Amino acid sequence: MTNSIPEFETDTNCFLIIGSNTSEGHPLIATRVLKAQKRGAKVIVLDPRKNQIGHWADIFHTFRPGSDVAIFNGLMNVIISESLQDEAFIAERTEDFEALKTLVAEYTPEKVAEISGIPADVIREIARTYAKGKPAAILYAMGITQHTTGVDNVKSTSNLAMLCGNMGILGGGVNPLRGQNNVQGACDMGGLPNVYPGYQAVTIPEVQKKFQDAWGSAGPLTVGMTVTEMLHATQEGKVRALYVMGENPMVSDPDLNHVRHCLEQTEFLVVQDIFLTETAEMAHVVLPGTSFAEKDGTFSNTERRVQRVRQAIKPVGDAKEDWIIICELARKMGASGFDFQSAQAVMEEINKLTPSYGGITYERLEELGSLQWPCPTVDHPGTPYLHKGKFSRGLGKFFALEFKEPNELPNDEYPFTLTTGRLMFHFHTGSMTRRSKKLDSEVPEAYVEINVKDAGKIGLNGHKRVRVTSRRGEIELGVRITDDIKRGVVFIPFHFAEAAANKLTNSAIDPVAKIPEYKVCAVKVEVF
Amino acid sequence: MIDYKNVLTTCPYCGTGCALHLQVLDEKLVGVLPAKNHVVSEGGLCIKGWNVHAFVNHPDRLTTPLIRKNGKLEEATWDEALTLIADKFGEVKTASGPDSVAILTSAKCTNEENYLLQKFARAVIGTNNVDHCARL
Ligand code: SF4
Repeated sequence: MTNSIPEFETDTNCFLIIGSNTSEGHPLIATRVLKAQKRGAKVIVLDPRKNQIGHWADIFHTFRPGSDVAIFNGLMNVIISESLQDEAFIAERTEDFEALKTLVAEYTPEKVAEISGIPADVIREIARTYAKGKPAAILYAMGITQHTTGVDNVKSTSNLAMLCGNMGILGGGVNPLRGQNNVQGACDMGGLPNVYPGYQAVTIPEVQKKFQDAWGSAGPLTVGMTVTEMLHATQEGKVRALYVMGENPMVSDPDLNHVRHCLEQTEFLVVQDIFLTETAEMAHVVLPGTSFAEKDGTFSNTERRVQRVRQAIKPVGDAKEDWIIICELARKMGASGFDFQSAQAVMEEINKLTPSYGGITYERLEELGSLQWPCPTVDHPGTPYLHKGKFSRGLGKFFALEFKEPNELPNDEYPFTLTTGRLMFHFHTGSMTRRSKKLDSEVPEAYVEINVKDAGKIGLNGHKRVRVTSRRGEIELGVRITDDIKRGVVFIPFHFAEAAANKLTNSAIDPVAKIPEYKVCAVKVEVF
Repeated sequence: MIDYKNVLTTCPYCGTGCALHLQVLDEKLVGVLPAKNHVVSEGGLCIKGWNVHAFVNHPDRLTTPLIRKNGKLEEATWDEALTLIADKFGEVKTASGPDSVAILTSAKCTNEENYLLQKFARAVIGTNNVDHCARL
C-alpha cells in the first residue's frame, strides 16, 4: 500500500474499492472505511458480486470480470473531458500524460458500458465522485491482479490516482490489500526470483557483489524461475529437487490436475509445514515446522508495517522453528553464515543488507510497537505514506493501455464466467481455519454462487448439488442462488480441497507478473 | 501453581496485521484477547483473529519428520531427514547445476525465515529459483 490503514478513517474522502471483498477478506480495514463513511466519505464499490461492502456503498455496480482496464480508461475519459484532473500535479510530478489522454479519448462511457456492463451514467457518476473526493484512495485485492492483464490493471489504478493528484498525500494512494499476513514481507525479503531483499535486482553486478561479500557466495546474474515456471520445469526434469516451506500449491495453484502431475514428476520434493497438507502428502521428506505461536520473528502487513511475532509456547512435539530448520540444513550442507542464535540476530543481518529495513530493529519495535518501511536508519521514524513530494523513479509515468480480453471467454459449451475468492470464515487453502471448529462450522463445505435468473434458465431450482466443469477439470459442490451476482458469472470460494475451485481455473499468466488468471475462466454448470 | 501469561503478537491470517494477546495457561494456548491500544486493530479483531489459537494444538499437527519409504511416509529423526535432504540437494546441484533446485518461501512465515530461505537458495545452492505462492 502507498498509504496507511489509520488514514482511511481520518483523511480519506472517497474510496474506490475494486476487486476486493473487503468486509470478508480484510474485515478490520472495512471497519475503517465504514467509519469514514459515517463522517461523510463516499464509498464506491465495483465487483462482479454484490459483496457485503457493496451493500453499504454509496455507489455499487457489478461488472464483467476482466474488463478493469476499460473501466479505468472510461473513468479517466470522463475526468479529462470534464476537466476534473489535477493539472498542477500532472505538470510537476508526471510524464507521458499526452499519450494517456489520446488513448482514453477512445474510451467513451458508452463504449466502456458495452465492454464492462456498467451503464454510461454510472461510469460518469463514479468518475465525478472520485475526482471531487480528494483525498481519494483506491483499494484493490486479487480481483485486480489475478488476470492475464494484471500488470495493466495495476498500472491503470495508478494512472487514475495520478490523474487526480491522489499520490503522495495523506488519505490517498493506491492500496493493494494483501491476502496473507506476510505476503509483503515475503516479497520484501527477496522471496522472488528477480530480487534480493529490499528489491535489489539480481541482474545488477554491484548488487551481486554486495551479497557475495556479505554471504561469501550469491546467486547468478540471471533471473530465476517463478512458481508457475518451476512446476512446468519439473516435468521436463529441468527442476529435479523442490523445497517448499509453508505453502500448499496443491490447493492454491491454478489448474490443479496439472500441479498434481508436476509434483508427481518431481524427483525430490521436500515440504516443511505444520500439517500434512495436500502438497506434503506428495513429498519425499516432510519437516514439521511451527505456527506463529511457537516462534519469534516479524511480519510485515499490507501497509508495510513491520511488527513482532512473539513465541507464546514451545514447538509442538518434535517440531522446530522454521528459521532453525533452515539454519540446520544449511550447516549440514557445510555452509557458513547460518549460526544465528535467535530471530533477532537474523534481523540484525537484514538491517545491514536491506536499506528499507535498515532502522527496523527489535529494540525499536519493542519501544514503538511497529515501524513502516522505508526506514533506512535507527533515527528514522518510518514512512506512513509513500511518494511524498517525489516518486522513487523521479516523475510518475502514465501508461496508455488498451483493454485486452481475458484469455478464456465463455462460449456455447462453457457459457458462464467463473471467478474465485475468499470467505470471511476461512483463510487461503483452509489448512488452518478448517481445523478450527468454530470457523469450520460457519461454512463447512464448498458451494457455487449463481444468479437467480441463470439458475432458473438451466433448471437449478430445487437442486442442492451441481457439477461445475471447465476445460481442465470438474468438481461437484453445493449451490447458492442469489441476486447479488452478475448474470453470466458464477463464484466459488477457493478454500476447499475436496471441491477445489483451482481444478477449474486457467493457468494462463500475465506476461510480466506471471500471475495466473484465477479471476476469469469459462465453465458450465449442470445438475446431476 | 498456575502458570498464566498473555503474549502480545500479530495475527497470522490476513494482511491487515491486527495485534492480539495469546492467553497461555500451563504452556497451552487457551484463548485470544484483542490489543486495546494497537494502531491498526484498536482493540478489535474479526472472527478469524478471535480463533487464531484453535489450530495450533490440533491433533493433526505434524510433530516429527517423515521420510517416504516404499511409497509411504514414515517417521524419522531430524538427523536422518536433514542428512537425506542435504545429500540429495548436494547431488542434484553437482550433477545438474544449481538451477535444477527450486525453492518456495512462504507468505505465512516470518520475515526472518523468508530471508534465511532465500539466502539458502542463493548462497548455499547458488540459484535464483526462489519464489512464493502469494502472486497466486
Ligand atoms: S483479526 Fe481478522 S482482520 Fe485482523 S489481521 Fe486477523 S484476519 Fe485480518
